[in-house]
Amino acid sequence: MKPAPPVIRLEGVTRVYSTGENAVHALAGIDLVIESGEMVAIMGASGSGKSTMMNILGCLDSPTEGRYELDGVAVTGLSRNELADLRSRKLGFVFQGFNLLARTSALENVELPLLYDRSGRFAGKESPARAALRRVGLGERMHHVPSELSGGQQQRVAIARALVTSPSLILADEPTGNLDSHTSIEIMALFQELNAQGITIVLVTHELDIARHAHRIVEMRDGRIVHDAPVSARRIATPASHTENAA
Amino acid sequence: MRKRALFGIATRSILRNKLRTLLTMLGIVIGVAAVIVMVALGQGAQASIEAQIKGLGTNMLMIMAGSTSQGGVSQGAATFNRLTIPDAEKLARESTLLAAVSPVIFSRGQLIGGIGNWRTLIMGVSASYQTIRDWPVGSGSFFTEADQRSVRRVVVLGSTVAQALYPDADPIGQQVQLRDVPFTIIGVLTPKGQTAGGNDQDDAVLIPYTTAQAHLAGHSRIGQIIASTYSPGDIPAAQEEIRAIMRESHKLAPGDDDDFTIRNQDDIAQAASGTTRVMSMLLAAIASISLVVGGIGIMNIMLVSVTERTREIGIRMAIGARSGDVLAQFLVESVVISVAGGLIGIVLGYAAGVVLAKATGWTVATPLDAALIAVLFSAAVGVFFGFYPARKAAALDPIQALRYE
Repeated sequence: MKPAPPVIRLEGVTRVYSTGENAVHALAGIDLVIESGEMVAIMGASGSGKSTMMNILGCLDSPTEGRYELDGVAVTGLSRNELADLRSRKLGFVFQGFNLLARTSALENVELPLLYDRSGRFAGKESPARAALRRVGLGERMHHVPSELSGGQQQRVAIARALVTSPSLILADEPTGNLDSHTSIEIMALFQELNAQGITIVLVTHELDIARHAHRIVEMRDGRIVHDAPVSARRIATPASHTENAA
Repeated sequence: MRKRALFGIATRSILRNKLRTLLTMLGIVIGVAAVIVMVALGQGAQASIEAQIKGLGTNMLMIMAGSTSQGGVSQGAATFNRLTIPDAEKLARESTLLAAVSPVIFSRGQLIGGIGNWRTLIMGVSASYQTIRDWPVGSGSFFTEADQRSVRRVVVLGSTVAQALYPDADPIGQQVQLRDVPFTIIGVLTPKGQTAGGNDQDDAVLIPYTTAQAHLAGHSRIGQIIASTYSPGDIPAAQEEIRAIMRESHKLAPGDDDDFTIRNQDDIAQAASGTTRVMSMLLAAIASISLVVGGIGIMNIMLVSVTERTREIGIRMAIGARSGDVLAQFLVESVVISVAGGLIGIVLGYAAGVVLAKATGWTVATPLDAALIAVLFSAAVGVFFGFYPARKAAALDPIQALRYE
């Protein structure tokens, strides 16, 4: 049997923004491989290029040069619509600000990606959205709107939304940035739990405490990877704290 | 994306801003309602005019003196009064397509009898006049060919005249003085109502044209000749036939212009309803301006909505929406708003029409085609004015949109 391709393979990827005369090298030659089942944290100060990296990994942006393969599919040179379809098929996003639709129930928020699915693989299936919400421990709050949910619960809805299409990769951009430390640990516990179930997760953070929940930390500076190593003492978020806040 | 889901998204986001949606719709509602009312009024007016013209008679043709154009210059009808009894008699004798022909001699005069006197229109006509005009008698009888040949002094009263002179008595068999000549009343016509111009057609009396010539001096020249064909399909051919006979009767050389004018009911109806049609088209045009204004209102709100929901658009794109999906979503939203506004407008417009009809007594049509056009038009307004905002939404860069505060 052929070995499964890595979820992410970047080869010599650069991203240059030209602002008038100056060209800004947000990414200056990145090589990176992330295998299926990994949980990787990308760290770096602001301006290190980690947001650009995130956009490229998330197929929201295309590299200026170099090659990017997502789950065996070459991303370079795809049209806007092809990128959208790729996001729909292979990616789940979790944002810092949750980015849920206001005045829309948790269930409807989680169903959203299914609306844009063109593969038809969910046709006739019994509510993947409900299953995803149960998976993040929100089975009882499906019909609440975001304003009725705590920050941690909102982020769980966002994670359920990222999960619902069974993506190859979940990209989390500062997923705990808007949460207190207690809730942050809960969310990290959830990510670790999902990762243990085989989901590949890449999270961008600037907090070492959060990054140490991953298997591997990739550190960036000035558009380059300056450090890439497994986490020696991986933090395990205590399952005891994995409870819903009494709202 | 599934179409039903698209409508779901659109209606949900519309319902999220109820007041705003309602106010946006108002422009379209008022526009469509105004168009419907105006078209209803216009068509109602036209319908009542057409009904009156039909009331002139069946398959009727009217021949008048004078040409509408002589040497290229319009003279107006009746410039030359050159219709004669022999013309009418020749037509009756020689035509093959005409069922009946009657000259009409107009004069006005005093009628004395019953409870007083009454000044009215006296028409000298032939016995077939009532067939041509489709105007039966209500009581008594019409005069006959024999009456006409014998130049009898018999008169048939219009219902207004009968009412005026014999409010409580039966006029049949009574004697009246018509311009000091005694006549016997033999019949009363059924009421015919007003003409398009507002004249009371029932304020008239009919006598045989032969009697009119003999007793109401100096009236051998006649105002018009009316005739009817056997069937409506004969009208064009009959017009040609009349023209040939009349030209012969008037001894016109081949190059000469006609010195008479032949009109059929359609001509008359068109002339009469032309003004109304122009008027109602003008009103509908003004009303449709408010539809356009309503459309601009939709565009305005959709633009605000796109800006407001930039982040939502970013989210949708990040989770896999294509540009086309976003475009479709906003387009469907504006079309749903405008079509819903259009439907409400139709209901309001019809209601206003019904109220107006009750309040004023005007004839108000219920134009189904106008309703259909209004809905299609408001959908078109939604697409047209929704397209620019929707395209703006679809063209957003997902990265920028996600970062938008």
